[in-house]
Amino acid sequence: MSLNFPSKLLEEAVNEFAKLPGIGTKTALRLVLYLLRQDAEVSESFGNAVIRLKKEIRECKICHNLSDSDVCHICSNPKREHEVICVVENIRDVMSIENTQQFRGAYHVLGGIISPMEGIGPGDLNLESLEKKVKEHKVKEIILALPTTMEGDTTNFYIYRKIKESGINITTLARGLAIGDDLEFADEITLGRSLVNRLDFESTLGGRKP
Amino acid sequence: MPNFEAKPKEDVADIGSHYKSMFLKKLSIVNFKNYGQAQFDFSDRINCFVGDNGVGKTNLLDAIHYLALAKSYFNAVDSQNIKHEEEFAVIQGDFIRDNHPEAIYCGIQRNKRKQFRRNKKDYQKLSEHIGIIPLVMISPADSSLILEGGEERRKFINSVIAQFDRNYLENLIQYNHALLQRNRLLKDINNSETFDRDYLSVWDDQLTGYGQKIFETRKDFIEKLLPVFSQFYRTISGEREEVELVYESQLFGNDMQTLLKESLRKDLILQYTTTGIHKDDLEMKLGGYPLKKTGSQGQQKTFLVALKLAKFDFIKRISGMNPILLLDDVFDKFDHSRVEQIIRLVAENNFGQIFITDTSISHLKGILEEINIDHKVFSVSHNQNIIEAE
Repeated sequence: MSLNFPSKLLEEAVNEFAKLPGIGTKTALRLVLYLLRQDAEVSESFGNAVIRLKKEIRECKICHNLSDSDVCHICSNPKREHEVICVVENIRDVMSIENTQQFRGAYHVLGGIISPMEGIGPGDLNLESLEKKVKEHKVKEIILALPTTMEGDTTNFYIYRKIKESGINITTLARGLAIGDDLEFADEITLGRSLVNRLDFESTLGGRKP
Repeated sequence: MPNFEAKPKEDVADIGSHYKSMFLKKLSIVNFKNYGQAQFDFSDRINCFVGDNGVGKTNLLDAIHYLALAKSYFNAVDSQNIKHEEEFAVIQGDFIRDNHPEAIYCGIQRNKRKQFRRNKKDYQKLSEHIGIIPLVMISPADSSLILEGGEERRKFINSVIAQFDRNYLENLIQYNHALLQRNRLLKDINNSETFDRDYLSVWDDQLTGYGQKIFETRKDFIEKLLPVFSQFYRTISGEREEVELVYESQLFGNDMQTLLKESLRKDLILQYTTTGIHKDDLEMKLGGYPLKKTGSQGQQKTFLVALKLAKFDFIKRISGMNPILLLDDVFDKFDHSRVEQIIRLVAENNFGQIFITDTSISHLKGILEEINIDHKVFSVSHNQNIIEAE
């Protein structure tokens, strides 16, 4: 769709917004006109945030998470258990696990999972630094927290092959029924696996010991 | 490697011998294929559609197929099953299932989603309907099982096993997915000239895990299918010919992991995976020789009918009721004694409701009257006038 713009500047701004995923020309125009109606500070801080984002953001040297400094706030936090490392696909997964507030260890962000069809091989992932960590540091446990797809599974396999000789504890997230699920609506594969990998009931009691 | 083992399969032969009754009582169609409008009251045993070529006998079977499996047996594009120049088609069936009425409604409209209802209630997913009305179709198109490549035969095996083993279907989907990935990787290795042995091995592990399970399930299934199939073949042919149904798989000699290791060099050159359960086949033999080469058309057809009846038997045991049996032009190329044997066989109490198409009633009439079974004959003529003959 081509619009007739009364101003070159307006057209330029609209074209920039329309480059974002999920944003068409019409939505872009609405956003630009909105910004135009606001005080100058609004668009200034908006623009600065975008410029600084790309210029100043860094990747943590240790875990490959996004960070404002060379080492992210998780890796530099002395209260966390750095010998327990949770391996995840991407930064969003770090945020998901952090939101659970259940994990006190550190992370390792792979930056993807193996998939030949999408042209992603082991060489494209942050694997060397993970192997190095296992070899050099005192890692007690590696938690594989990758998607439960075939590609996630295969990546788990690959990592396992690379680090199994170190003898450290390698674990993976439990697979089973979601909290709040009715059995009748659970898919058969998940339900079947929940049965095979059933839990000792007492371990599910938490603090509520009778 | 997930340590999730498939649950032990129920021995299908162990399910009780009391089967619930199930039949189509009334069928009404509007604008379906060559029909403008038609209505039928059926016998709960044998129904014959008789008429010349091209009058639409098979289309009536297809309408029944729609009600059972929510799709055509022949044409996957729903809109192409609407009568020319019409906007919609409706197929409605009143079934009696375990003494309860079941009203199944199927509405097809051009450029719209297919409407499918059971007792006036829409289905969330069409797959939920599968199994409610069990049905087996025997059609001349089945000859592809003999004439075409192994893929057709694997499809047949898969379609029967998937009805009673949900894990099997899941394993198959995963296997095929891993196969795609491994083939892609073989191509990439060829282009890049680097080779990470571990990277290929993880895909071998995946294929081995799923492939080995699929192999075991197929082996089990063919073992169970064989006696049922042979029995049907002997009955129809009058015990004249020796038939075999041999499951062929590279996994009989070696486990999948070894196979993949041994064929690695070849796989790298050809850039695809040359061994595995995706190369399985079902060899059909007659008197010790391949059926495709030595079997007459009549013998080949007998083989197919026996195979489909074995499928019928499986579905019957799983669903606990007699599936509806559709016999499309099945007597063509059969000698009189085989026709008689088939009719006698399906007229026994081991079968339920049956629909038969034929170009002439002469094949059927004598036998049906002789064995004194409840039946109805519908003559179909070129203007789709349907007359129920006595």
